[in-house]
Amino acid sequence: MSKTIYLDYSATTPVDPRVAEKMCRYLTAEYGLFGNPASRSHSFGWAAEEAVEEARQQVAALINADPKEIVWTSGATESDNLAIKGAAHFYAKKGKHLITLTTEHKAVLDTCRQLERDGFEVTYLDPRPDGLVDLDRLAAAIRPDTILVSIMHVNNEIGVIQDIDAIGQLTRSKGVLFHVDAAQSAGKVPIDVTTSQVDLMSFSAHKCYGPKGMGALYVRRKPRVRLEAQMHGGGHERGLRSGTLPVHQIVGMGEAFRLAREEMASENERVRSLRDRLLAGVSGIEEVYINGDMERRVPHNLNVSFNFVEGESLMMALKELAVSSGSACTSASLEPSYVLRALGRSDELAHSSIRFTIGRFTTETEVDRAIELIHEKIAKLRELSPLWEMFKEGIDLDNVKWAAH
Amino acid sequence: MAYSDKVIDHYENPRNVGAFDKEEQNVGTGMVGAPACGDVMRLQIKVNEQGVIEDARFKTYGCGSAIASSSLVTEWVKGKTLDEALAIKNADIAEELALPPVKIHCSVLAEDAIRAAIDDYRTKQGDDSSETDEGRKSA
Ligand SMILES: Cc1ncc(COP(=O)(O)O)c(C=O)c1O
Repeated sequence: MSKTIYLDYSATTPVDPRVAEKMCRYLTAEYGLFGNPASRSHSFGWAAEEAVEEARQQVAALINADPKEIVWTSGATESDNLAIKGAAHFYAKKGKHLITLTTEHKAVLDTCRQLERDGFEVTYLDPRPDGLVDLDRLAAAIRPDTILVSIMHVNNEIGVIQDIDAIGQLTRSKGVLFHVDAAQSAGKVPIDVTTSQVDLMSFSAHKCYGPKGMGALYVRRKPRVRLEAQMHGGGHERGLRSGTLPVHQIVGMGEAFRLAREEMASENERVRSLRDRLLAGVSGIEEVYINGDMERRVPHNLNVSFNFVEGESLMMALKELAVSSGSACTSASLEPSYVLRALGRSDELAHSSIRFTIGRFTTETEVDRAIELIHEKIAKLRELSPLWEMFKEGIDLDNVKWAAH
Repeated sequence: MAYSDKVIDHYENPRNVGAFDKEEQNVGTGMVGAPACGDVMRLQIKVNEQGVIEDARFKTYGCGSAIASSSLVTEWVKGKTLDEALAIKNADIAEELALPPVKIHCSVLAEDAIRAAIDDYRTKQGDDSSETDEGRKSA
C-alpha cells in the first residue's frame, strides 16, 4: 500500500507530523490539557480555553482577521451550511434570492437546494469555459431581493482561483453579502479579509495538513454580519454553534494554519515546480487537454483529459497512483463531472479526465514515476480504444451516429 | 471501487484485442455504446463455413468492467454457433465477473455487442431475419 504514490491532496492531506504531535498533548491526562474550555472553575478548563484561543488567533492570522471573527465548526461542509442557511434565514425579510455557481462544491449546491425547498430562490450561474466567473453576468444576476452571493475561492476539481476582490467590490456596492468557500485555498493562496470584501468564509482543516472533522467560519464584524444558528445547545461560539469544543482538533487546525502561514510562499514554489514538471511530462502525449485556466490556478492542481481513454479505466491502470477522476461511471446516470460539464467540456473529455493534486510531501521521484506510468498506460489503453483507432483513421467522431444507451 | 479478481485479470491481460477487416464477407462487426456515456464497445466475429464463430476481436473505450466484459465475451463466443452465441445473457457475464450492481450496464452492453455483431454478419449474408444459419449457406 505504501508503494502507492499519493497525488490526491485536494481530497485530503495527511496530518503534518508537527500538527499530530501537538494534538496528542490535548487528549490524555498526562499533560493536564484535556479539559473542557467551557469549564470556568478550574485550571483544566482554563488551559483548554487558552489553547483554543491561541488556535483561533492562528487561524485568524492566516487571513488577517480578528480572532473574534472565527467560529469553530466540524469542517467546511458545516461552515458552508452555517454561512448560507444562517444568513438566508436571518436576512429573509430583506429578500429571498441567492446566487451561486454551478461549479461549487456539493456542500454549497446542496445547501442551496435545501433553501429552495424552504422557499428561497437560487440562481446558478455557469462560469466561463476557463472556470472563472463572468463578472458582468454576476452583476446582471443581482436583484433588489438578492441577499447573498456564494462563490468558492479555489475550485476543488480544476484548481482555478476566482477573483474574490473583484466579486467582493461588486457585492459590497450592491449591498449583498458575499460568502466564499475557501476550503481549497487556505494555505495555498494569500487571503486578507481587510482588503477583500468577503463577509463569510469557510475553512477546512484537513485540506491543509490538519485533522478531518474540523473547520472554521469567518464571520465579518465590520460591517457586522448576522447569522441564525443551525446548531442549538449550550450557546458556545457566541451562540452561533453549540457543542463542546474539540480542543485537540482545534489545536490541530491552529497549528496547521500557523505552519501554512509560515511556509506557504516557499511551499508554493516547490509545489509549482513539481506540477510544472508533471505538466511538461504529459504534454508530449497526443490529444491531451488541460481543464481550467492555467494562469489563475493554484500550483497544486493539474486536471487533464486524455482523449479517447475513459477516466475510471485509466485510474485502474494507474493503480500505483492515488488520483481522482471526473468520470463517474459508477453512478446509475453515468454523468461525468458536473464541474467539467459546466465549463462546456464535452462528455467525452469529461469522462477522460484525471485530477492530479500535489502537496507538501510529494517528491520529484514520485512525479517522475507518475509521468512514466501515465505514458505507458495511456498507450496501452489507446491500443484498446476503438475511438482512438477511429481518430487515427481520420473519422470525425462527432459525425458518428452512436447507439446511445 | 473494488474490482473482482476476474475483472482485474481481463483488464490487465485483455484477450483478443484488435480488429478484423470489417469489409470481409465472413466478418460481423458490432459497435455499441456512445463516447458521451463513457463506454463504447466494438466486437467483431469471424464466422466459418459451418456457421461457427471461429475467432473474435474487441476494442473497448470504457471502465475496467466494460473492458473485462468485452474481453470475456470474445472468449465465450469462440467455437459457438450464432444461435448459441445469442444465448449468452448479460446476467451470465455479470455473474462470471462478479460485477457490482452499478456495473451491470457493462454486461448489458457486452450482450448488445454480440447481437450487433451477429446482426451485421447476417445482414451481410443477405439474411437479417433468419433464426438459423441456412440463409448464409445459400448466399
Ligand atoms: C471546496 C470544498 N468545499 C467544502 C468541502 C468539504 O469540506 P469538509 O470535508 O471539511 O466538510 C471540500 C472538501 O471536500 C471542498 O473541496
